[in-house]
Amino acid sequence: MDMAVIELSRLQFALTALYHFLFVPLTLGLSFMLVIMESIYVMTGREIWRTITRFWGKLFGINFVLGVATGITMEFQFGTNWSYFSHYVGDIFGAPLAIEGLMAFFLEATFVGLMFFGWDKLSKLGHLLTTILVAVGSNLSALWILIANGWMQNPVGAHFNPDTMRMEVNDFMAVLFNPVAQAKFVHTVSAGYVCASVFVLGVSAWYLLRGKWTAVAKRSFTVAAAFGLASSLSVVVLGDESGYALTDNQKMKLASLEAMWHTEPAPAGFALFGLPSVDDKTTYYEVKIPYALGLIATRSLSGEVTGISQLVIKAEERIENGVRAYSALEQLKVDRTNLAAREEFERNKQDLGYAMLLKRFVADPRQASSDDILQAAWSTVPNVPVMFWVFRVMAGLGFFFIAFFAAAFYIASTRRFHCEQGPCRLFMRTAVWVIPLPWIAIEFGWILAEVGRQPWAIEGVLPTFLAASSLTIAQLWTTIIGFTLLYGALAVIEVRLMLATIRKGPFDHHGTAQDGPDHPDDQHASGYRPLPAE
Amino acid sequence: MDIPLDYDSLRLIWWALMGILLIGFALTDGFDLGAATLLPFVAKTDAERRLVINSVGATWEGNQVWFILGGGAIFAAWPLVYAVSFSGFYLAMFVVLSALILRPVGFKYRSKKADPKWRSRWDWALFIGGFVPALVFGVAVGNVLSGVPFRLDSDLRSFYEGGLIDLFHPFALLAGLLSVAMMVLHGAAWLAIKIERGPVHNRATRIGAIAAILSVILFLAGGLFIAQGSMGFQIDGVIAPSGPSNPHLAGAVAASGAWLNNFSLYPWMLIAPLLGIVGPLVALFGILRQREALAFGGSSLGSFGIIATVGLSMFPFILPSSIDPASSLTVWNASSSHVTLFIMLIVTLIFLPLVLLYTAWVYKVLFGRVTSADVGSNPDLY
Repeated sequence: MDMAVIELSRLQFALTALYHFLFVPLTLGLSFMLVIMESIYVMTGREIWRTITRFWGKLFGINFVLGVATGITMEFQFGTNWSYFSHYVGDIFGAPLAIEGLMAFFLEATFVGLMFFGWDKLSKLGHLLTTILVAVGSNLSALWILIANGWMQNPVGAHFNPDTMRMEVNDFMAVLFNPVAQAKFVHTVSAGYVCASVFVLGVSAWYLLRGKWTAVAKRSFTVAAAFGLASSLSVVVLGDESGYALTDNQKMKLASLEAMWHTEPAPAGFALFGLPSVDDKTTYYEVKIPYALGLIATRSLSGEVTGISQLVIKAEERIENGVRAYSALEQLKVDRTNLAAREEFERNKQDLGYAMLLKRFVADPRQASSDDILQAAWSTVPNVPVMFWVFRVMAGLGFFFIAFFAAAFYIASTRRFHCEQGPCRLFMRTAVWVIPLPWIAIEFGWILAEVGRQPWAIEGVLPTFLAASSLTIAQLWTTIIGFTLLYGALAVIEVRLMLATIRKGPFDHHGTAQDGPDHPDDQHASGYRPLPAE
Repeated sequence: MDIPLDYDSLRLIWWALMGILLIGFALTDGFDLGAATLLPFVAKTDAERRLVINSVGATWEGNQVWFILGGGAIFAAWPLVYAVSFSGFYLAMFVVLSALILRPVGFKYRSKKADPKWRSRWDWALFIGGFVPALVFGVAVGNVLSGVPFRLDSDLRSFYEGGLIDLFHPFALLAGLLSVAMMVLHGAAWLAIKIERGPVHNRATRIGAIAAILSVILFLAGGLFIAQGSMGFQIDGVIAPSGPSNPHLAGAVAASGAWLNNFSLYPWMLIAPLLGIVGPLVALFGILRQREALAFGGSSLGSFGIIATVGLSMFPFILPSSIDPASSLTVWNASSSHVTLFIMLIVTLIFLPLVLLYTAWVYKVLFGRVTSADVGSNPDLY
């Protein structure tokens, strides 16, 4: 097992997945905001809302295509770079991916063309329905992908079949209703909604600061403030730590993002700051909020949060158990009819994956020394300092967004859009600079989830270092450099087009620019009241 | 869970479904790829190019999902095929993916700026996004027919022994060119239906006629190649159609010129190659007589026939190995579990008809030829 091949495969996956997810959150959120805006248009019949919908729709489109383009890579990358993973868990993992295509992506992609091309070919309601289907399609798409990803974190409803040398499904409903997947879905789409709200709010604030297209900007600002407040509350309150008490690996993830080296008496405190040291297995200069972690993680005062060292001891036991399963499996490979081996395997198969961790230290896990086992057990701890800091940045931003949208909501409901100075103007300026922050929070969230899953590709089932394809370093560098150049160029073009479209501003498709004096009914138009046609 | 269908029947159904998805891809996204390949040759001015681009602009995205779904469905139903083929064809896959990535961006970004240089660059990106996948898909099929150099170890980990250049041997190139001809014909037939009569229309039908003749010639040449050479594999020994999905537990496999055996065993299968020849000829007739719907129908039948011919002649093989025939993947040894195949069948039976229904509705809404007047006045167009 060439570790360089593994590290490069991971690097490529991280690059392409993180890049793909620069575009996904805006698609998830903006599609729903388009539904809100267009619904107001259909209900009130006021042209300004059509202009608003079409303006944000244009930005949606520029962003959407890159989501589609980079999604193509994702669908095939499991096969190209993670072929042993694909064989080993394809029986379970492939299904949500296929269903995603059939149920969600077809819907989204078929109607998105009509959404752009159908303004004059469909009735108002017909077009609104099209926009709704695009939003539903993209969000359903996220659901199925997160069911797949959730299964990697908590592989329920499946067992190992020694005849086919892979995991096979035995309870599909358990895969579907995996609590980890559910929590991830809510958390991820909410984060997408926050991202789109920040984007719309920031761009609107920029227009308001310059006194441009204020009729469009005020209304967009208001929609974004309300949608953003609801979403930022949802993303924090329904954060995905709710699944962290479920399995050994999820517990390890919690312990490591908290840098909690030893189990503490319940309820555990939450470290606001600290310098985790991997070598000393302690965290220096900790500043703790009492009770907080216990409350968040276990939703109770008595629930215990297990520490890293205790989890490592447990991993040691599971490795020893796994070696029994492994040696029984080797016997079964030679003689499928060996009943004693089959029985021994069935007894220990839930720990087979733990024995495979040994392959990093010794070619044949059956020959492992107690030192190898100890080393393998400690390899179940993810990178603690990375986890610790990435989590703090992400969560900190999450709380910041709540305050940010609360302020925006206050401004929108008191209609202080024309602020020449003071805290209101400061807010508008801040709103422009805040635009990149949700992307940082979201990408950090993925790093947290996936670095936290290490050393596993599938938690407790298949180590990452065994999951990759048998590729050469030259092949991997070719594609990594190729994707980086291609994606880099596309990113530059995309951002430039976005900025150009924003600078050009909204215009209505009947020829009159919306940059004139505000509409007479503007004084009472936060836009939410379904007023009769003007 | 009680499953009302046998494992072997489900495997057979999923083999057919994989064919249907591939054909669905060839019939829908096939004309997008063909139209993009034709773009620099049938359209000279910017207005002409926008005619071509907008003839597929609103629907290519939905069509491309057939490709994505093809990937997902092979993953779900034939995980070993997904794992072995995509990692084996590693750099070729990278080339295809890069080309396909250029396509969405090309459609969307090209007309965002008036700068002729900008537009011309994206036109070439669109051409690459059409031509390269069409060629490489054909080359890949050519390689599958001649056997892929992989072997599986006892853990079913796959090892591939070959490079990117090895993929482009003469037979594979022949298959690649056939694939390009087939998609160019299909694209030309689509442009003939979808674009106003005029210079672009005329150029498209002219190239379409040539592509129709070429695809018949190349298809026949491919058949001869197989008949003359020693291409093909067969199973020596007992097959267990409901056995575990593990090539090491299946019967032995021998290499020999066996790809034409199925046609003598089951003469009805000859319908497929017959359609592969008659289809393009019907398309040619339609093009010459200016009966565009007939031309499109003919090219669709042709694509159907050509793809079905490959599937049927190889049956039950899906991915034969040239260096270790015993590692070959077949319908009986490479599928998902019984439960997964059944669940995925139910999901497909519910959603595929729905997809066809709403896709048809979208095409109906967008029915009608794209005209220069539209391209000039409608700001919604690309």
